[in-house]
Amino acid sequence: MKQTFAVAIGGAAGQGVATPGDIFAKIFSRRGLSLNAYNAYQSIIRGGHTLLTIRTGPEPVTNMGDRIDLLIPLNQDTMDRHLKLLTSGAACIYNADTIKAGAAADGVQLCPLPVSELADITRNKVAQNTLAIGAGLHMMGIAFAALEEVLREQFKKKGDAVVAENVGVARAGYDYAAAHFTAFPNPLPKTEKRYAVLSGNIAMAMGGAAAGVKFYCAYPMSPSTGVLHWMATHARKAGIMVRQVEDEIGVINMTIGAAHAGVRSMCATSGGGFALMSEGLGMSAMIETPVVVIDCQRAGPSTGVPTKTEQGDLWQMLGAAFGDYPRLIAAPLDIADCFKLIPEMFNLVDRFQCPGLVLCDLLLSEGRLGVDPKDLDFSPVIDRGELILPLDGNGANGNDGSAAMATNGGYKRYKFTESGISPRAVPGVPGHIHTVATDEHMEDGVLISDEFTNPIKRRAMMEKRMRKVTGIEAAVPPSMLRGPRDAEVTLIGWGSTKGVIEEACEQLNDKGISANQLQIRWLVPLHGEAILDLLKGARHTIIVENNYSGQFARYLRSETSFVPDGNIRKYDGEPFMPHHIVEAVKEQLAGKTKLSVPVHEIMV
Amino acid sequence: MATSVQRATQLTLADLKGRVDPDWCPGCGDFGVLAAIQKALVELQIPNNNVVAISGIGCSSNLPGFINTYGMHTLHGRALAVATGLKLANHELTVLVTGGDGDGFGIGGNHFIHTMRRNVDLLYIVMDNQIYGLTTGQTSPTSRVGMKTKSMPFGNIEAPVNPISLALAAGATFVARGFSGDQKHLTELIKQGIVHKGFSFLDVFSPCVTYNHDNTYQWFRPRMKKLEDDSAYDASDWTMAMEKSLLWGEEIPIGKFFERTDVPALHAAEPVLNESPLVQQDPRVPSDVARGFIEELM
Repeated sequence: MKQTFAVAIGGAAGQGVATPGDIFAKIFSRRGLSLNAYNAYQSIIRGGHTLLTIRTGPEPVTNMGDRIDLLIPLNQDTMDRHLKLLTSGAACIYNADTIKAGAAADGVQLCPLPVSELADITRNKVAQNTLAIGAGLHMMGIAFAALEEVLREQFKKKGDAVVAENVGVARAGYDYAAAHFTAFPNPLPKTEKRYAVLSGNIAMAMGGAAAGVKFYCAYPMSPSTGVLHWMATHARKAGIMVRQVEDEIGVINMTIGAAHAGVRSMCATSGGGFALMSEGLGMSAMIETPVVVIDCQRAGPSTGVPTKTEQGDLWQMLGAAFGDYPRLIAAPLDIADCFKLIPEMFNLVDRFQCPGLVLCDLLLSEGRLGVDPKDLDFSPVIDRGELILPLDGNGANGNDGSAAMATNGGYKRYKFTESGISPRAVPGVPGHIHTVATDEHMEDGVLISDEFTNPIKRRAMMEKRMRKVTGIEAAVPPSMLRGPRDAEVTLIGWGSTKGVIEEACEQLNDKGISANQLQIRWLVPLHGEAILDLLKGARHTIIVENNYSGQFARYLRSETSFVPDGNIRKYDGEPFMPHHIVEAVKEQLAGKTKLSVPVHEIMV
Repeated sequence: MATSVQRATQLTLADLKGRVDPDWCPGCGDFGVLAAIQKALVELQIPNNNVVAISGIGCSSNLPGFINTYGMHTLHGRALAVATGLKLANHELTVLVTGGDGDGFGIGGNHFIHTMRRNVDLLYIVMDNQIYGLTTGQTSPTSRVGMKTKSMPFGNIEAPVNPISLALAAGATFVARGFSGDQKHLTELIKQGIVHKGFSFLDVFSPCVTYNHDNTYQWFRPRMKKLEDDSAYDASDWTMAMEKSLLWGEEIPIGKFFERTDVPALHAAEPVLNESPLVQQDPRVPSDVARGFIEELM
């Protein structure tokens, strides 16, 4: 089993949980450690309960894991909720002035800090947090210099006195731990690796910038708002027009308008906002103007649980907008993939002139991961497909100075082609004047919905659009099986569960149950035949997903008739932990059930 | 431009003739609006490949199909949102948004208000016939109280929206009203609206001869009173404009209610668009900027 270490910091919203989290994350990543952070929080600005878990280690850490090694409760509520989760070898650092420890399991080290003795709490309101960070780092075997460096950066703007004060408080905590607490047996190692720590939302926003997105707009909606924040903050440096719009209906239509003028154009929302966008998606498909729409899923239906994760929007994606039309749907597998997928998706939607949907979720959107900076490639291939822009070879507007451009040289926006793809001229290009319409139309764009209604033409245009599906299928690679082909159990997941299923497989293998994994990234096209081929020899198949009804299981069955031996589902708002899957697999292999719904032990 | 061959081809009305003829009912007010738009473009000599006519859904929203410019026939109520995105991506284009009262003030009401406050540089022409035509005659947001339609057979009991007052209140920087039965006057208003740098709203009485038997050409003609004929009227005075906008009855004012030129259009207020339209910009983030983005995270 690989070496990992998880620190959990909990308190009320507004109590400063985020800052110690950021400090730990910086220190870990600068030691060359991989890390994964997950913040369980509530839809409340001040108060309530929030628990941030940061798990780190020298090898890739992909999920929150199963255990907390160090708990830092910033209030009594956190102590009461979570002390009981700690097992032998774990520790809990807390403010002895304000918090009482409860009963802890054997081998759990209670580390009370006499906060008012160690710091002037009238001057420093977050002294307990800083003391705990200092104490915690000592116990992890990390030299104080690492903390000092981060604190200097953190408080630089507030002047030397504030820096000195905080460094002093941290030092007091560090020294107090040296004198009074037992350090963890395995000090956190150092490696030569370097990581950038980012959320899935930032990754998708940066992926958009790398893809050449020039227009981004959104209406704020958790958990997608982080994309808007990054875009807005970096817009002027990156040369991106970013707008906040009156509603998601406006968002999708504005996105399409900008795309229609010839720029790459993107928007992000969550399930409720996506519902408002669905008519607009149909327009993107009908006028064949490509856009990329990100849906960061949260627990539904309706307002649901805005701060909790779920994979419950799959069927909304599959059925978004009425009528048949070509579309692409992909679910990023981890936070690095959130970045990588966006340029890929843009190349495909530009080639095939249709909407592309990115099915992310809160777990990735708001989680954070240490990513190799090399995986954040700002020079990906940009393939705009058959696009005619209003530029000549010299980059100047191709206008020849005449006002009349009546002759179109026979240009047909929706020309029938074998591939179904018709060269796309955008407004402003001389000699290519045409009108696009959401009504069904002929090759030249003229409507066939009113006086020119014609079943033969309708059928021909429908088939032209749908021919693009063949090309799309060929352009997207099928999924691969990871692990031994003859494994005892095959775990099938999609999107964000990649990391946790991977770790569950490792744990199962350690326990002598050989396991492999089929993780689906492309939902449309699905490549059902290839999946059936991979699953043909599987001995016991289980689909793992974060929703109630088995949305992917139902989709896979509808496309392939495949029915798995069992399902593991979770719909309590919290993500899977590896042991949830391991225990469910064991009970299913023992024939106890075909449907496992793991209980989330952490009350957040 | 100095090196390119200047071909001073004049734009003519014939150049703006659409691929198909309008399929509106004979006598529909929208014919007059289409003709006035074509005349205005010829008089202003704007190259037709630099013009985009964008509409929603409805009888009047079919207009982009009947004029030889670039066009987008979008979704019901969404033309302004689409037009905003398009204008921001290529602000060198002349954008005309055309539609009806149901499209603009009913289903598209939210976008109407926000596009005005944003001062997006486009001309929005509403062919206001106070009825839903393409769905065969239901009450619209501008139908008068008491008007009997298929959807309100016992008479409308809801007060109509006043588009001019609404536009003034929402911060539109050019607000005017025209009448499809007065071509010359309407053409002049369209020209002014296109030239205005910012959001121009033009509400046009465009009678529906099939479903609205209350607000006919005969009903409108004697009531139309041009603001330009009133020497005391000052279109830079917002309060005066608001007062005039409330007039409805034996006299209904048409003409330019209001214009201000001191508010920058949305595209002019955003530095990202300073150098060139988005569509002409390099899509690549410069490598030193990209490096900075990554370093922030380390």
